[in-house]
Amino acid sequence: MPLGSDPTALLRIGCGSGFSGDRLDAPGPVADALIAAGGPAALMLEVLGERTLALAQRERRQKPEAGYEPALLELLSPILQRCVAAGIPIVTNGGAANPRAAAHAVLGLARQLGLTGLRIGVVEGDDIRGTDALDDLDPWEGDAGAVLEPDRVIAANVYLGAAPIAEALRQGAEVVITGRCSDPALALGPMLAHFGWDEADWDRLAAGTMAGHLLECGSQVTGGYFADPGIKDIPDDALGMATLGFPIAEIGADGAVLITKPAGTGGRVDRRSVTEQLLYELHDPGAYLTPDVVMDITGVTITEEAPDRVRLHGARGRARPERLKATVSLPGGWLGEGEISYAGPNARARAELAGRTLLERLRLLGLDGKSRLDLIGVVSVFGGDDKDDGFASVDAEVPQDIRLRLAFASDSRAAAERAAREVLSLYCCGPAGGGGVRTRVTDRIRTLSFLVPRGRLAPRVTLLSLEDAA
Amino acid sequence: MSTVPLHRLAHARAGDKGNRLNLALVAHREQDWPLLAREVTEARVLALFAHRGATAVRRHDLPGLRAFNFVIEDVLQGGVNGALNLDGHGKTLSYLLLGMPVETGAG
Repeated sequence: MPLGSDPTALLRIGCGSGFSGDRLDAPGPVADALIAAGGPAALMLEVLGERTLALAQRERRQKPEAGYEPALLELLSPILQRCVAAGIPIVTNGGAANPRAAAHAVLGLARQLGLTGLRIGVVEGDDIRGTDALDDLDPWEGDAGAVLEPDRVIAANVYLGAAPIAEALRQGAEVVITGRCSDPALALGPMLAHFGWDEADWDRLAAGTMAGHLLECGSQVTGGYFADPGIKDIPDDALGMATLGFPIAEIGADGAVLITKPAGTGGRVDRRSVTEQLLYELHDPGAYLTPDVVMDITGVTITEEAPDRVRLHGARGRARPERLKATVSLPGGWLGEGEISYAGPNARARAELAGRTLLERLRLLGLDGKSRLDLIGVVSVFGGDDKDDGFASVDAEVPQDIRLRLAFASDSRAAAERAAREVLSLYCCGPAGGGGVRTRVTDRIRTLSFLVPRGRLAPRVTLLSLEDAA
Repeated sequence: MSTVPLHRLAHARAGDKGNRLNLALVAHREQDWPLLAREVTEARVLALFAHRGATAVRRHDLPGLRAFNFVIEDVLQGGVNGALNLDGHGKTLSYLLLGMPVETGAG
């Protein structure tokens, strides 16, 4: 049933991907469940991180037909025919830095699949590089004092809202491809197209945004990133984390929200899994800023209606912010890393000796940068950077399996490579019995957030089909 | 009085934005929320993360969700794009919070 043909009907929105590294086979069971349910539905695929977008922008500069999510076709090809046949639109931010090129690639896939009439809605206007909007940015509160040098900008993208997605769906798009938009907008867009909510119906927009927020990280609401054996258990069997079901939201015309997952899949949807995701990456729960609405979840209540069916009530909304958030990416130097293991008797002492030796080597070589040593197995991720001896701080017991890690950030690629190589050199030049060295040098990107007035933006919606591509 | 790790009474999830971390802390049982409100103060959380350079903690109370949201400033030492830490997102830090000892007032 097409979206909007009966706006009183329940709308189901499934999410088949929650980040750019998510399981590639996740969308299938969600698509199947939406098709089996039979009513109006949409499927969202969230694949766009801040770093992903900056890398995509770099790729596009080298290759004009690139710059979209590399796994997009792999995610779409198993489900595209089924969803199109069932009238279930797919909405994805997999356009990344080049939504139009992504659309042409999906049209190519459609041709192979015999879907010659496929209509794709492309949402553009989030990319503000080279526009005068860049002149009108104020640093976001977390980046106060940030200064922008326009010629160093790798990517500059504004978080667009749900309206252009809804517009593409109203025009008949069967797949909607965006660049940067708020993640909940991937769900709110289909809701606007289906229910026809007023753009100032703040409480309904907040309810829809809450549903989108719960969906946007995929399995993080259905038992992924959750299991803690003996405390919060996910079955360790056929219905376990290897077959996690991705989420489906059932939305009512009045803004009612229920979260569930496909039958026969692993994981769980309960009060605890839903509460963790509801608060994920939130700051002030009374004022979650999105391009579409300011959401207040302080009065939300959660009810377990049945196994794997959880209802949420009480999201409130206020008028959307006048300015939108823009993420600007700049070169961030290089990071060199190397790891080596020491195990068995006196392992910690040998690892510490190796670490001191590395710091002395960096000093003797005169490499310019900032370093940190981790004793993985003793202290690593919890530790701070700034202990005087160069090791991550926090004292701990003495275990017998320790991994030393060197991290070295520098503006010089050569210095980062050399620092990583020094870890490799410990095979012959370090303490007895070291093994399993891994090294890596990463090209880093620094991101800053700014606010931009809405009037500076011009979101665009274009419908493409194979006729246009020919 | 008896002391237990927070992990016995609550669960948590971390999220990052730049150099700012949020930790959602959720009581397993509704009746433990007041105890957590008394024990897990902004000052104690700030002290727990002081070695990582945290400068401020704001606690948002959500009794209807049996939960709290802690927003911790400057704790990620540069965040995902700048940190030397393996876990630049600070995703593991929910379990640093859950290791905090709390007085249950029982036993």
